[in-house]
Amino acid sequence: MHQPAEVARALVALQGVGRDFDVSKPWLNRVVERAPRQLLTAVDDFSLEVRSGETVALVGESGCGKSTVARLIVGLYPPSRGRIEFDGTPQTAPASGIWSEGVRRRMQMIFQDPYASLNPRWRVTDIVAEPLRVQGSLARRADLQARVSELLTQVGLSAADGEKYPHEFSGGQRQRISIARALSSTPEFLICDEPTSALDVSVQAQILNLMKELQERLRLTYLFISHNLAVVSQMATRVGVMYLGRLVELADAAALFSRPRHPYTRMLLDAIPDLDMSGRPRTPVAGEVANPLAPPAGCAFHPRCPLANQRCRAERPKLSPAQGTLVACHAVEERRG
Amino acid sequence: MTLGDAPPPSPSPARGGGNHSAPLLEVRNLRVEFPTRRGTLVAVDDVSFTVSSGEVLGVVGESGAGKSLTGMAIIGLLEPPGRIAAGQVRLEGSRIDDLAPDALRQIRGRRIGAIFQDPLTSLDPLYTIGRQITETILAHLPVSRREARERTIGLLAEVGIPAPERRMDHYPHQFSGGMRQRVVIALALCAEPKLIIADEPTTALDVSTQAQIIRLLQRLSQQHGTAVMLITHDMGVIAETAHRVAVMYAGRIVEIGAARSVIQAPRHPYTAGLMRSIPRVGASAARLAQIDGAMPRLVAIPPGCAFHPRCPQRFEPCDGARPRLFESGDRRTACWLYADAPTG
Repeated sequence: MHQPAEVARALVALQGVGRDFDVSKPWLNRVVERAPRQLLTAVDDFSLEVRSGETVALVGESGCGKSTVARLIVGLYPPSRGRIEFDGTPQTAPASGIWSEGVRRRMQMIFQDPYASLNPRWRVTDIVAEPLRVQGSLARRADLQARVSELLTQVGLSAADGEKYPHEFSGGQRQRISIARALSSTPEFLICDEPTSALDVSVQAQILNLMKELQERLRLTYLFISHNLAVVSQMATRVGVMYLGRLVELADAAALFSRPRHPYTRMLLDAIPDLDMSGRPRTPVAGEVANPLAPPAGCAFHPRCPLANQRCRAERPKLSPAQGTLVACHAVEERRG
Repeated sequence: MTLGDAPPPSPSPARGGGNHSAPLLEVRNLRVEFPTRRGTLVAVDDVSFTVSSGEVLGVVGESGAGKSLTGMAIIGLLEPPGRIAAGQVRLEGSRIDDLAPDALRQIRGRRIGAIFQDPLTSLDPLYTIGRQITETILAHLPVSRREARERTIGLLAEVGIPAPERRMDHYPHQFSGGMRQRVVIALALCAEPKLIIADEPTTALDVSTQAQIIRLLQRLSQQHGTAVMLITHDMGVIAETAHRVAVMYAGRIVEIGAARSVIQAPRHPYTAGLMRSIPRVGASAARLAQIDGAMPRLVAIPPGCAFHPRCPQRFEPCDGARPRLFESGDRRTACWLYADAPTG
């Protein structure tokens, strides 16, 4: 298995984290139409530990809350409920979303769109050096320049590329610049939100390989968010599957891909196009993700689930251990599936 | 069963009428150019292929390979200054690339349906989907308003929209992404076109919805004998849907043949590299195979074979002369490795 003998310490820990968004109509409409306030629960009852040195992947379809989790961890959103810790340190005030200076420089984020996440008016050198300048860690311009050159070489670009502007680079090279920027403050923990979804496959392979090399060389810990299960199987040590804001399965990558337990996980795996063209029979996927404003009662997946029964419609399943993995499913617990 | 198992269908004599041996769509030596101040860029270069009734041809390639422009050139929607500089496009035997804009507009919608990546941009947010479809039917077919309405309900039911009588009075924003893409497909099918050009129809959708849309496209080509040109960057979608596939690189077709053999035993070093770089569930290699470098920009397409600077198998002729598509076995490959090879 992927686990080392001793269990590594938890670098990031989320406990019962939830986040609601107020999506009410404007005040006047509410008064005139007598519409109530409306809350959208994007993430609920979310608990997860990311251990030092591993790659935890979060997968799920759009709107399942995986990017919200990423933003909660870096502090772009304060949580509505629950507790988030980094290496044992909680956020400065409960549910504030604010990390102390010391914690902040230990985590960084890589975004999906390398066209939107780089300032087109800045030279690459300035983009990569920005975190260093903000933190004031390298005062002398020559030191800064040397560090930027080192970072650019590390991600497979040349030091001379620092003089160019983002538009002079292809999508893959831009993502390398994003990675160099993320690494500039020597973080331990990187949150990668769909880092290769906007890239072509051959370039995706280059970036995934680079991320793996860097992880080994710099002992990085990754939270890897993706909708692409094949990419996840290439990168992850452990995988969490999300559906409508909750974890429905959390397992070692090897276990999840060889023996998926939750019916939703099985459905996702089944939907991957078959490149070997083995003609394996595939259960047609039914239905769509339910409206998060009116999530189904009981298990949120039950309207699409082939194994759903009366209990699934009424009672929400808890994430509980089942043969070494965590699964939130009555059918698995009752051995119906 | 997946459609990939079925043998490529031969053009049906009953449907083709008089010239039943001719393919439905024939593209011959197509060349698309963009004149710029710094010279003329060739975005699609000497591209030839055919699509028959009931056949799904996949056109696959990475961004900038020219696959979308090929589709746009066929339906006459190239954005100026882009233009067809050479070659022919024939639909059911007659040329359509030199038609006047008005005549071409008649063909679009009536004989060629188009499906684009983003369903939101293909639908008008201000009209109910029922009205959009009904109007389109009335514009192309000689039917009464009532018949058009019934047809709309039938089409929506066919593409898998539940309760179509009720749903047709809804606006695009009231549909989910997958449902919207179904509406766009219904819209493309309005006038029962012979050819559908689908440009990345599943790319904006979630995996589970993706599978549903793929299945729908398959069924349409099977049941109605519609020819489908499926443009995508996703080899998985091709594997699931297409009978034949054309792989494009830097504006040219580098390999074309039966989807099964191209995917399982690619010949062109680019196709082979592309297939190896796709991550797969279960194949937990420490590293993915990667093709170093990037596709050349249009301003700097290398001489000879455009892939030669990145090719691990390049040899003497590669940087000199451009390889044509050499016939070998069940496919054609534009690579000097396969010049004069009688069989595979």
